[in-house]
Amino acid sequence: MKHRGLFYLQLGFTLLVSAFLIVPVVLSIMAGLTVNYFIGIESGLTLKWVFEVWNGYRDTIFLSIGLSLACLVVTLVLGVPTAYVLAKRQNALTRAIEELLVMPVAVPGLATALALIVTYGSLSGFRTSWGFILVGHVLFTLPFMVRSVLAVLSAIDLKTLEEGAASLGAGFWPRFRDIVLPNCRAGILAGSLMVVTLSMGEFNMTWLLHTPFTKTLPVGLADAYASLRLEVGSAYTLVFFLMIMPLLLALQAFAKPRPAKFVAEETDQ
Amino acid sequence: MRHEVRRLILLLLPAGIFFAAFFLLPMARLFFIGGSGKTGWAAYAAILTDMHYFSSLVSTLGVATATTVATLIISGIAGVFLQRHKFPGNGALVAMLTFPLAFPGVVIGFMVIMLAGRQGLIGQVTQALTGEKLVFAYTMAGLFMGYVYFSIPRTILTVMAAAEKLDPKLEEAARSLGASPWRVALDVIIPGLKPAFISAGAICFATAVGAFGTAFTLAAKINVLPMVIYTEFTLSANIAMAAALSFVLGIVTWLVLAIARTAAGSTVAAAG
Repeated sequence: MKHRGLFYLQLGFTLLVSAFLIVPVVLSIMAGLTVNYFIGIESGLTLKWVFEVWNGYRDTIFLSIGLSLACLVVTLVLGVPTAYVLAKRQNALTRAIEELLVMPVAVPGLATALALIVTYGSLSGFRTSWGFILVGHVLFTLPFMVRSVLAVLSAIDLKTLEEGAASLGAGFWPRFRDIVLPNCRAGILAGSLMVVTLSMGEFNMTWLLHTPFTKTLPVGLADAYASLRLEVGSAYTLVFFLMIMPLLLALQAFAKPRPAKFVAEETDQ
Repeated sequence: MRHEVRRLILLLLPAGIFFAAFFLLPMARLFFIGGSGKTGWAAYAAILTDMHYFSSLVSTLGVATATTVATLIISGIAGVFLQRHKFPGNGALVAMLTFPLAFPGVVIGFMVIMLAGRQGLIGQVTQALTGEKLVFAYTMAGLFMGYVYFSIPRTILTVMAAAEKLDPKLEEAARSLGASPWRVALDVIIPGLKPAFISAGAICFATAVGAFGTAFTLAAKINVLPMVIYTEFTLSANIAMAAALSFVLGIVTWLVLAIARTAAGSTVAAAG
């Protein structure tokens, strides 16, 4: 009987934690759809604030989508070959390379952004373009693509597969295209979702890298929180939720079968 | 063989060039600019010698430590519970607890304002109950709340993954030998989850030390290092000091993660 009590105690605690995380989300969604949040929901529901956001901040939404897709392309081009090399050769050097690649995630975005500004800030054509933000986003998201692809490549017997194909006369590019890429599809997909989600929400770096003409969605959010009424900030947040929700759901659905696969891999070692 | 090595190098080249040009070189430059200000290389010591910077270092480390401890306790209890007991609604709870995973710091700051801000829920409830409005979003307590909010989702995921691998037989054995639930948790579950706690804790700590968005949304007056760096850079145009401080900050967060990785085994991955 005592154990039942413990169960309900833990359940109550977990519910409380969930409420802590979800209540502000619900409040913010409500505020974004209420005529006057101060008066409350009695003042009526409206889409006025959402339209205001759309009219004032539409550009930030498009820029963020474009940036995250560009970031995806670059991390694919840079990250997949890197992951392949790291999977092929597992020695002190490749471990050091992996460690280095993760540094932009470990180091605060503020530091990376300052470093980029002091080095390239004087190239005004580059400084004022969205390419400047893209560079920061690629640095920050590349490790996630590399790790995700590397995890899948390490779990399969790449060597045997490649040797088999090579013994049948397949050169490097056919092998890479027909053996390596299809085998790391799962890793590429998971990595891609991660890269797009992270790029869409990146703020620490972007706040310093952006210019008045290159405002991303999170930059616009910070603007709106600071200068506009609570309802507009909330409506803007609502738009952000709507944009990342599908990505998050896909990530969650996709991440589920993974543990089983990697447990087997880890007990092998 | 040599042909293959050349090919592997060629495959690494694009990422290598990008990384060298946009990370290694800028970081090196940041390091030298840090020593090029009025005080020279002493700027790197200023974080310890200058009372203003030192006090913000102390409060940054303080709020990061508090965040780490609180997050580990909260996520440890909830994560093990959700992994151990499968009941209807379990999946929904996990989904709710991991939903804020991808929120940027600015949105986290806004969530804190929704709860503890001037028009926040806590203020309304306390006003109704006691007649006095409790508003703490724009202080260090609000920042702490934001960082805990930010860290719970990823920590719960780590704890749940680790709890799944714990051997339930060990707990059964302890229980059959007469151990109370409290002793089982203390002697079996917590030691088993230690690597997960170390890695998740290090990520919490490093994020809380280096994060900027949440503090920026809440108030410019919160005295933590990232805010100080930002003010030095924009308002005081003291680029050398900002560079030195952010370089030191980067070393601190990188070291914390590297030490945790050695302590907990190779499974520790840094996460934004």
